[in-house]
Amino acid sequence: MTYLIQAYAFFYQFADAFAFLVLSGLGLAIIFGMMGVINLAHGEFIMCGAYVTVLSARAGLPLPFAMVAGTLAAGLVGLILELLIVRRLYNRLYDSIVATWALSLIATQGMLIVAGPSIEGLKTPFGSFEMGEYSFSVYRALLPLVALLLLAALYWLFVRTRFGVHSRATIEDADMARALGANTGRIYSYTFGLGAALAGLTGALYAPTMTAVPMMGQAFIVQSFVTVVVSGADVMLGLAPAAAVLAFIQSLLTKSYGQLIGQIGLLLTVIVVVRVLPKGISGWALQRSAGR
Amino acid sequence: MKSVAIRRFATTLVAGALAGASLMMSAHAIAQAPIKLGILEDQSGNFAIAVIPKIYAYQLAVDEINAKGGVLGRQLKIIHYDTQSDNTRFQEFARRLIQQDKVDVIFGAFSSASREAIRPIMDRSKQLYFYNNQYEGGVCDSNVFVTGAVPEQQFSTLIPWMMEKYGKKVYTIAADYNFGQISAEWVRNIVKEKGGTMVGEEFIPLSVSQFSQTIQNIQKAKPDVLVTLLVGANQASFYEQQASASLNIPMASSVNVGQAYEHKRFKPPALKDMYVTANYVEEVVSPASDDFKKRFRAKFPQVEYINQEAANAYDSIYLYKAGVEKAKSVDQAKVKAALGSGGICTDGPSGKVCIDPKSHHTSHRIYLIHVKADHSVDIPKVWDDIQPYWLGQVGCDLTKKPDQNQYTPSNLPKK
Repeated sequence: MTYLIQAYAFFYQFADAFAFLVLSGLGLAIIFGMMGVINLAHGEFIMCGAYVTVLSARAGLPLPFAMVAGTLAAGLVGLILELLIVRRLYNRLYDSIVATWALSLIATQGMLIVAGPSIEGLKTPFGSFEMGEYSFSVYRALLPLVALLLLAALYWLFVRTRFGVHSRATIEDADMARALGANTGRIYSYTFGLGAALAGLTGALYAPTMTAVPMMGQAFIVQSFVTVVVSGADVMLGLAPAAAVLAFIQSLLTKSYGQLIGQIGLLLTVIVVVRVLPKGISGWALQRSAGR
Repeated sequence: MKSVAIRRFATTLVAGALAGASLMMSAHAIAQAPIKLGILEDQSGNFAIAVIPKIYAYQLAVDEINAKGGVLGRQLKIIHYDTQSDNTRFQEFARRLIQQDKVDVIFGAFSSASREAIRPIMDRSKQLYFYNNQYEGGVCDSNVFVTGAVPEQQFSTLIPWMMEKYGKKVYTIAADYNFGQISAEWVRNIVKEKGGTMVGEEFIPLSVSQFSQTIQNIQKAKPDVLVTLLVGANQASFYEQQASASLNIPMASSVNVGQAYEHKRFKPPALKDMYVTANYVEEVVSPASDDFKKRFRAKFPQVEYINQEAANAYDSIYLYKAGVEKAKSVDQAKVKAALGSGGICTDGPSGKVCIDPKSHHTSHRIYLIHVKADHSVDIPKVWDDIQPYWLGQVGCDLTKKPDQNQYTPSNLPKK
């Protein structure tokens, strides 16, 4: 029985880290993978989702609806920014990095001026359950399931829907897709909006477990970039295995040697992956299947 | 003849009077040039939550003093730069305050990392500098005066009290930089001295915001008391996460509540049974504290919480004023000598605060603050007039021996 409990305790940690990596990385991965834009304002879309969730929940909206509001708000902001700024920067990688970094600075400092250094947070729902000497948060135990469901939903979106087919055609060859009648401009807008909304959803999901401050997006940014770099450009193929590998390494090291070594292990893994598999897990998988 | 002589005499008199008047006026003008107070505080970034009340407090003290005629007949003028919780900004702006603005005194820094980033710059220019934060202790520096509480004031009171009430097994989680490391060393020593055991110790990088594994490690070790020396907005997420996992272990801290008012910002019961030693929190009820709060809120109604560091910042301006008045000059060497000569005190919001000449630290009244399940606060114990004795005991004596070092229990001054 104690072995079982120890095993579950480790699995819980692994799943918790997995959920955090997947959810931090999703929005960034879609925008980077589909559009080649490195969105340095990713963390601020997360912050936007979290803030709207917290504020609307405190205004009396039930938590699930508040989370939907947070997601939609971030998505909407994403659509508007795409229209006004990001649209002009496709195929200008470095310019888009600087521009989105500027957006990130404006968003954090703007939020600090508007809403102050912090807002009162939410209580994590559902309470806890016990197992032997440990007790676990029910809510956090559910987050990995949400992450898996989201991955499944995205797979369906990109493989089974018209939008998905058009958008994959657009990544493959934008000119050809346009010649065949796909409205690539609109697809870029929607994709950016989708990435922003996913970031907002991450913020919404973590809002009840963290302190809501203007800088909170920074807490996700390292993990999100780490996951996307290890995953490579193809989100559907790379993200889940990348997050699984990283979560395993991180939770094992954190369990044995503490948080510092866990963080170092995470970053070392990225360095090794970039050296050995410069195109990430998905690039390596695609190359192998093409070689066969 | 006579009338001519009289006229000439009169002219000379008038001219002389005019010249004298103009001389006096320019002397008066020099006397009226304001005393420049440089302030380096984080108005944005990771530490802004705890620092913004401090910035208001400086302004409040300066405005009060100016309204009553200033110091030595001169007004005080604040030059504040936002250091953005960034150590390189601290260095940049410290140099600017010294070299360009030529300020008479500098106040500031929140984290110990930023204080250590600018202290060498202060020392090189022999710049008079006030650090107004509770911290890990040990700075023995002729140019530096500290108004914040130190471990012998916060831990020598808190840890034995907690061990007596809850038990002798202690677990520490601490932010992984000089503040957390040295504070954890203090806790470890006190626990050992009082016959307790450390059942665990973990140092956590400032960027970490996810604590599931740490919570599990704590549950496995089964401590009676959990010492949390966590710093910054990221690490503050620990409290909600430990509550949602039902950790339910009494917590002790020198940093929470008094600085970033977590009991106001988090939904109850995230901080249930948190015990903190602080020299001031807004909940302190006394005539001096109530009056301070009233003046503070009248001037800055937007302030979310009047924290310990706001009281320290406020006191530091009045201590500087007392030093200048004793020295009868703003000459920095003279003011430092006056501040370190003994008997420099101020009656602040938390009570009487005096500078200890040996270590340049201040005595404090220490409040034990207990956060209840609904996040209201009670004060089960008050220790009056706790001296910053440790540095003096281990051999720091700035009245006899100039120094610029930071000492720790494992790195003592050479005898």
